[in-house]
Amino acid sequence: MTRVFVPRDAAAIALGANAVAAALTPHATVVRTGSRGMFWLEPMIEVETPTGRIAYGPIAAADVPGLLVAGALTGGAHPLRLGAPNAIPFLARQTRLTFSRCGVVDPLSLNDYRATGGLKGLARARDIGPEATIEAVLKSGLRGRGGAGFPTGIKWKTVADAIGARKYVVCNADEGDSGTFADRMLMEGDPFHLIEGIAIAMFAVGATQGYVYTRSEYPHAIATFDAALRTAREAGILYPGFDIEQRVGAGAYVCGEETSLLESLEGRRGQVRAKPPLPAHRGLFGQPTVVNNVITLATVPVILADGPDAYQALGMGRSRGTKPIQLAGNIRFAGLFEAGFGVTLGELVNDIGGGTLSGRPVRAVQVGGPLGAYFPPALFDTKFDYEAFAAKDGLIGHGGIVVFDDTVDMARQARFAMEFCSAESCGKCTPCRIGSVRGKETVDKILAGINVDANLELLRDLCHTMKFGSLCALGGFIPYPVLSAMDYFPEDFRAPIRQAAE
Amino acid sequence: MPAYQPWNEDQAALVIAAGQDQPGATLPILHAIQAAFGCVPTDAIPMIARALNLSRAEVHGIVTFYHEFRRTPPGRHILKLCRAEACQAVGADGVARHAKDRLRADWHETSADGAVTLEPVFCLGLCAIGPAALIDDEPLARLTPERLDAVLESAS
Repeated sequence: MTRVFVPRDAAAIALGANAVAAALTPHATVVRTGSRGMFWLEPMIEVETPTGRIAYGPIAAADVPGLLVAGALTGGAHPLRLGAPNAIPFLARQTRLTFSRCGVVDPLSLNDYRATGGLKGLARARDIGPEATIEAVLKSGLRGRGGAGFPTGIKWKTVADAIGARKYVVCNADEGDSGTFADRMLMEGDPFHLIEGIAIAMFAVGATQGYVYTRSEYPHAIATFDAALRTAREAGILYPGFDIEQRVGAGAYVCGEETSLLESLEGRRGQVRAKPPLPAHRGLFGQPTVVNNVITLATVPVILADGPDAYQALGMGRSRGTKPIQLAGNIRFAGLFEAGFGVTLGELVNDIGGGTLSGRPVRAVQVGGPLGAYFPPALFDTKFDYEAFAAKDGLIGHGGIVVFDDTVDMARQARFAMEFCSAESCGKCTPCRIGSVRGKETVDKILAGINVDANLELLRDLCHTMKFGSLCALGGFIPYPVLSAMDYFPEDFRAPIRQAAE
Repeated sequence: MPAYQPWNEDQAALVIAAGQDQPGATLPILHAIQAAFGCVPTDAIPMIARALNLSRAEVHGIVTFYHEFRRTPPGRHILKLCRAEACQAVGADGVARHAKDRLRADWHETSADGAVTLEPVFCLGLCAIGPAALIDDEPLARLTPERLDAVLESAS
């Protein structure tokens, strides 16, 4: 029977992919894949034909009989026919390295993985040895994709050089930023790629145990990754004496911060540790530890397999290679867009993303999750690059872009930032723990029209204290959305009719 | 929908014994206890403390730190509504208000008929198709008050 590929990504399932797969099963060999990341087209199915795959979407289970009649199993014409998936402009414009297999292969088939170049990076690493592996990662210019942007090769070298009874590699899959789903998609769509990346990191630094700390809000990613780990173990991809284990978080946003994550892995409250000592010197259970984000680790096999020069050639400035950017919120073409650094924010939102879903004007975009600044369209010429965003008091973070139309109330968003911080603060340092509560109260006073000028000044001063006095990025970066809302949308903090509108 | 057992000390002892020898055992044990009983019952805390050589206060501190752990059993279904920015941008606040009105329950509360416990979450990674939710680990997308009604109608 003809093979038809139907996504099993959680987002595709939310849009009815399981019912579509069930309706197709009597008529075709259904292969479940990850998602290509074009969510306005999900569930998107792909039919295998002699001339390549033909995509149809978005498909509801009720469309299946009509598709069969139209000859969709041989690529026949139908109003939902999209043609070759790689020719869809949103995909055609991308440079997919980290996500090359996502949406293409059966995520739990090791044969598919091998057939599409999988495990070449690990084989190469074993050929050239640990030192040359670290050298390749250094040369590629790869920086931490979780958001901090620290050079991965330097981190690895520090751990390799550190002395410890045993060493660990910890993969941070606590993807808590709103507007981000790259880690989830990769773990659901190409989990062996992450396993290979972790195995390379463990080999390079001399670690014997790897942990993947996945957030509990991702039940599908947890299940798929656990299944892939079992297969990898049975197939002997991990050398005897080396193991990777998945641990599940418990709904604490702050555990995405690396030291808090380590505390949580050790079985304690996820409270931030003061640095130094760096985790690279004294990390998990006091031993030298690499902590890297999912996307960082899943990029390493590509660098090893294709060579660091090819990766280094992409990007701009000190941001080398590709970044999986996630277009989310009120945006027409929402999804995952992997491209070399340097695309402007305006291109991403208007050109690639197609503007708002509601059809109203874009008013603000938040880049980099709940700790990221709100940018107005006036800043749309900002290039997607660690330094370019930092220069404008923003951050690219994990690469999430959340679009808001002109109905957004930016004072409310500023209040939400403080409220979120007060709910998620680990409580270790005072600026974050107390500051976020006082910040929320101060925004409430401004919203109620009480001493607005004095309270705006107080809020700004409080943001300054939090920014420079907090122990980690939660309290230290939450001023970004607050201050950017105040700076770029001051009119929202002075609306006289606000109380009446409530 | 998940079926939870009533509190049973022998069962809890088995669950704890199965997990206590791994490094950093606290969270895996708490997850296993909650999977069995629907929550982390107060009676489990001294047992976990003894097994891990921690004080009861430490275990209490860990349980209450993490939003995921409940102290009382949930309703027959758990509805986790996303409250984060990407879902806010497409109307999550209105969906949340509707859910509270319909269930007559605030966050972390259960509807009077015991059918649905309402919980807030900050991001489900479904930010491209919000407002998003999970009902008993089943993902929901593009929620509107009407669509939520249909989901809740079938959850009894």
